[in-house]
Amino acid sequence: MNAAHHAMTRTGGAARGVWSLFFHRLGAHRLAVGSAVFLAVLGVLAFATPAIEAVLGVDANLVDLSQRFQGPSRAHLLGTDELGRDLAARLLYGGQVSLFVGLVAALASAVTGTVIGLLAGYYGGKLDALLMRLTDGVIALPLLPLLIVLAALDLEKLGLPESVVQDPNISLYRIIVIISLVGWTTVARLVRAAALSVREMDYVLAATAAGAGGPRIMAVHILPNVISPIIVASTLSVGNVILLESVLSFLGLGIQPPIASWGNMLTGAQELIWSSPELAFYPGMLIFVTVIAFNFLGDGLQDAMDPRAMEG
Amino acid sequence: MTRYVMGRLVESVIVLVIMSFVIYALIGLMPGDPIDLMIQSDPRLTPADAARLRAVYGLDKPLVERYLHWATAALSGDFGHSRLYVRPVLEVMPDFLLNTFNLMGLTFVISIVIAVPVGVYAALRQHSAGDYAINLACFAGISVPIFWLALMLIILFAVLIPVLPASGVSSIGGGGFLDHARHLVLPVVTLTIFSVGSYTRFMRASTIEVMRQDYIRTAFAKGASRNRVVVRHALRNALLPVVTIIALSFGTLFSGALITETMFAYPGMGKLIYDSIMGNDFNMALVALLFATLVTLLANLAADIAYAWLDPRISYKSGGGSPR
Repeated sequence: MNAAHHAMTRTGGAARGVWSLFFHRLGAHRLAVGSAVFLAVLGVLAFATPAIEAVLGVDANLVDLSQRFQGPSRAHLLGTDELGRDLAARLLYGGQVSLFVGLVAALASAVTGTVIGLLAGYYGGKLDALLMRLTDGVIALPLLPLLIVLAALDLEKLGLPESVVQDPNISLYRIIVIISLVGWTTVARLVRAAALSVREMDYVLAATAAGAGGPRIMAVHILPNVISPIIVASTLSVGNVILLESVLSFLGLGIQPPIASWGNMLTGAQELIWSSPELAFYPGMLIFVTVIAFNFLGDGLQDAMDPRAMEG
Repeated sequence: MTRYVMGRLVESVIVLVIMSFVIYALIGLMPGDPIDLMIQSDPRLTPADAARLRAVYGLDKPLVERYLHWATAALSGDFGHSRLYVRPVLEVMPDFLLNTFNLMGLTFVISIVIAVPVGVYAALRQHSAGDYAINLACFAGISVPIFWLALMLIILFAVLIPVLPASGVSSIGGGGFLDHARHLVLPVVTLTIFSVGSYTRFMRASTIEVMRQDYIRTAFAKGASRNRVVVRHALRNALLPVVTIIALSFGTLFSGALITETMFAYPGMGKLIYDSIMGNDFNMALVALLFATLVTLLANLAADIAYAWLDPRISYKSGGGSPR
């Protein structure tokens, strides 16, 4: 009876199609759905901030010392900060930065990891040994102290042209680069493992016999097999990236003012915890909720995409 | 086994040597220059003096040559002086090391004591309300930005309800065990919240995996009680991978300790690294960073060896293959 039931669900699943099954199972994961909705709303709000500012008649970067430490009001929904700037608008700009850094750095890490994993797993041998030693080495390092060093480097001494160093958004690009430099290891291992097993499949042999080269086999035969774990790992890594970005910004090594980020808003708020603790509450709460949402979403995706879960 | 251990040891030494060069090179790329700092503190220095000092300290030499010079001195035990503490760097470290050891050691013990029973409980009652609540709490612990958590705890317990000290290791002039303990409470709580979530999730996953094994069914079949099966058969096997993963996550715990120490002005290794990087104390930063790297590598090595040694199913004959 039980086996028959399982067989039925399995055929039912196949008939309904992979995607329909995927969305059905993701839908059952209420936290993941709630998180996806929250992140979508946050994303829309954050990237529509200029329009929202115009509607509310506020400016996130307008310093007005006569309006410091205002409580919530019609003019300033969440009040103002230590320089009289609108807190709500700054929080939204901070969200823009966190989401942008999180998504771009996670994507860059995923691409780097995929390329390294494919090369190691498909070609094997010495290249594999070398790349995996590199991966193990990076995993074994104490991450945050190294990121602090990388974030503190003098870009002029690195030999970058002045126009790049002086770019107002340089702190944004730099944090994406340094997080991507260390963030690719999980995906590289996943992809390598998949490439190793798929390489031995008969259909790969058939493709080779038909004259397909390495790049084609990797792109057409190996990548599709490993795309769902990559998506899961990358979703989970967005949360981690946002945490790293916020702590570096908080320490004064990440996103630099006047660009608002949740991390650097907390730097200012730290000194004011005796007089206005609420300034320290909002940015951190938003980091927390955003990161937990990405983690719930990643967890839900994992359950929905895991073929083993099909049986249960 | 000996060959495997030796192989991994050699590997760790190579990684350490490479990292010493990388860190040395990176520190040379930091803003601020030792000679500029001297010029700032002594306005009478002329550009000619500066050039001469540069030659005296070998700063005009190419990077590799400077590194080899530093490495030779380091191998004979001379790691240079700390600019901020005005003492040889090796003399500065022990106090900071002890503080970090206290913080991380206490956190580690408390986290394990919480994570093991809670993880087993959740695993045995999979999909129950309790499991669900534990899962939520774990996600919260994993997702909370640790510096903000520290800030909130300070606001709660040092500002709004002033019952605990917000910074330092002891009151001014005060010593005493109780005073030290009071100063440790908030940092340890912060770091425990940071680490206990992932430990519990490891424990839960590992227990679920073990409870599916045939020998557990066998133990039930021959009439062993549920408690006996869990404690005697499941727990031991479930702990093995958890211990390994926890040792492997030493670097993460240290990163958390760095933030915690910085937030609570707790003079440990993490704060020492951060302060020396920020204060252009290059010798100090270099040695402290290398030391952190060394300990992390050793923790990883210990995890791999323990795993290979405790689990007879793992083959350690192939030199490079790490049993993960």
